[in-house]
Amino acid sequence: MRTVAVVGASLAGLSAARSLRKQGYDGRLVVIGDELHRPYDRPPLSKEFLAGSLAEADLALEPDAEDLRAEWLLGVRAVGLDGPQRAVRLADGSEVRADGVVIATGAAARTLPGTDGLAGVHTLRTLDDARALRDELTLGGRLVVIGGGFIGAEVASTAYALGLDVTVVEAAPTPLAGPLGETMGTIVSALHADHGVRLLCGVGVKGLSGESRVDAVLLEDGRSVPADIVVVGVGARPCVEWLAGSGIELDDGVKCGADGRTGLAGVVAVGDCASWYDPRAGLHRRVEHWTGARERPDAAVTALLAGGAVEPSAPRPPYFWSDQYGVKIQFAGHAAGADSVTIEEGARDDRNVLAVYRRSGHPVAVLGMNQPRLFMRWRKQLATAA
Amino acid sequence: MMIPACRLVDLPRGEAYRLDIDPPVSVFHTDDGEVFAIDDTCTHQDASLADGWLEGCEVECPLHASKFDLRTGAVDAPPAKRPVRTHEVHVEDGMIYVQLSLDAPNLPPCVAARLAGGPA
Ligand SMILES: Cc1cc2nc3c(=O)[nH]c(=O)nc-3n(C[C@H](O)[C@H](O)[C@H](O)COP(=O)(O)OP(=O)(O)OC[C@H]3O[C@@H](n4cnc5c(N)ncnc54)[C@H](O)[C@@H]3O)c2cc1C
Ligand code: FES
Repeated sequence: MRTVAVVGASLAGLSAARSLRKQGYDGRLVVIGDELHRPYDRPPLSKEFLAGSLAEADLALEPDAEDLRAEWLLGVRAVGLDGPQRAVRLADGSEVRADGVVIATGAAARTLPGTDGLAGVHTLRTLDDARALRDELTLGGRLVVIGGGFIGAEVASTAYALGLDVTVVEAAPTPLAGPLGETMGTIVSALHADHGVRLLCGVGVKGLSGESRVDAVLLEDGRSVPADIVVVGVGARPCVEWLAGSGIELDDGVKCGADGRTGLAGVVAVGDCASWYDPRAGLHRRVEHWTGARERPDAAVTALLAGGAVEPSAPRPPYFWSDQYGVKIQFAGHAAGADSVTIEEGARDDRNVLAVYRRSGHPVAVLGMNQPRLFMRWRKQLATAA
Repeated sequence: MMIPACRLVDLPRGEAYRLDIDPPVSVFHTDDGEVFAIDDTCTHQDASLADGWLEGCEVECPLHASKFDLRTGAVDAPPAKRPVRTHEVHVEDGMIYVQLSLDAPNLPPCVAARLAGGPA
């Protein structure tokens, strides 16, 4: 292999580039990213960076001395992939021909229809988004967060700490019921009420009101919630439109085997844009968490360099963390399919629990709130039991 | 400075002992029976590496899974970018002593700010 192109210059792309060099790939390495920034870390964008306690320089994912001997094409978008030729077409009309391609284009924040051009309305995915939102939050006022998922909850928590008046609107009856199940979703989302942040559940958003700037969020039950700033935190969609016509199978992201290989020889996909086959569950799923984007490229690069001659090793169960209202939340495994949840340690009212999810008596997931030590032990146990 | 930590018999293999000095230092007893001391605070954020997972000569941070080499302090991958400080260890009459490094610690921004008296 003489040229490898990595498309997407964020955590998964950088991790793939590093794995390539670590695993002895010595050829030409081209990293293509449509943002102008060097790879930076996203989790602080809704936490310390938004709060103003972490500077932009601290977001860098690369240590100063790192040199991957890569050509960085930043600020240029990939617009197509010629599958058989493995040529990546770029928005500026040029193309990069490669023997191997790593797809790492991540995901983009979903928006609400009809909110374009209305000032005061934000999504949060990129550094530029975070800068714009931070500038507005420092002015204070009433913030309405649409969506009670992890990003929405973190923004609410950060804004509360900055002294804003915060309301969270969630369409589902229980926030976080998808990733955490109902019981633990209720306990974690009770953090909002603990801090006087209003949580309106089970009601959808009909639209926003305001002339040039938003002034309220209109709910489907007829209520109107006044707002100076609105954050739309309704999830993300995989950035895979550019792969249309490439011959790669797309199905809520790039459909991959258990080691990131796509149906095209020499092409792998990693990170938030990739839907890997999970051999334990017997299905494909897209995992949108930091640790997967950091670790899975190691396996995908092994598969890429070996041309499919190695057996994939099973990835660790998915893991993510969240920080809300000073509570460290950690979760590993899959809550779906569990038939019981028990709190093994701590008290739910103190919000410092360690909860284990089981199916037919076997642990399938674990949740920690301010329990890093115990959580670590359970997480390892899950990984070895699987 | 030589600081007595704990007795070797009180620290089973695979376990860590945290010395509550400022900044805290942790002593690890590996499965192979070696003893190492490093700064306890992860260089990324405020996490205790004594709460992490020891495997061979590496400890994995309990929060975001960067791994540190106990022998050199080196870090393998982000989110942490800087190594942790290592300290010399002496075992005398069954007692573990830590010889504190004279280097400046690589504390995460939030902890460094707190120690400097700034906002947490
Ligand atoms: C605000 C926020 C907070 C988060 N907090 C946590 C957390 O606490 N814990 C946790 O586990 N996870 C968290 N995450 C999730 C985590 O950051 C992601 O899982 C991770 O960033 C995924 O990395 P990635 O490289 O796959 O994708 P991304 O980080 O999305 O990067 C993809 C890159 O590809 C670029 N790109 C897209 N299309 C093209 C194209 N056609 N051509 C060229 N470049 C392109 C994008 O601009 C982007 O730079 C958070 C995410 C956000 C946004
Ligand atoms: S706190 Fe250790 S890796 Fe983040």
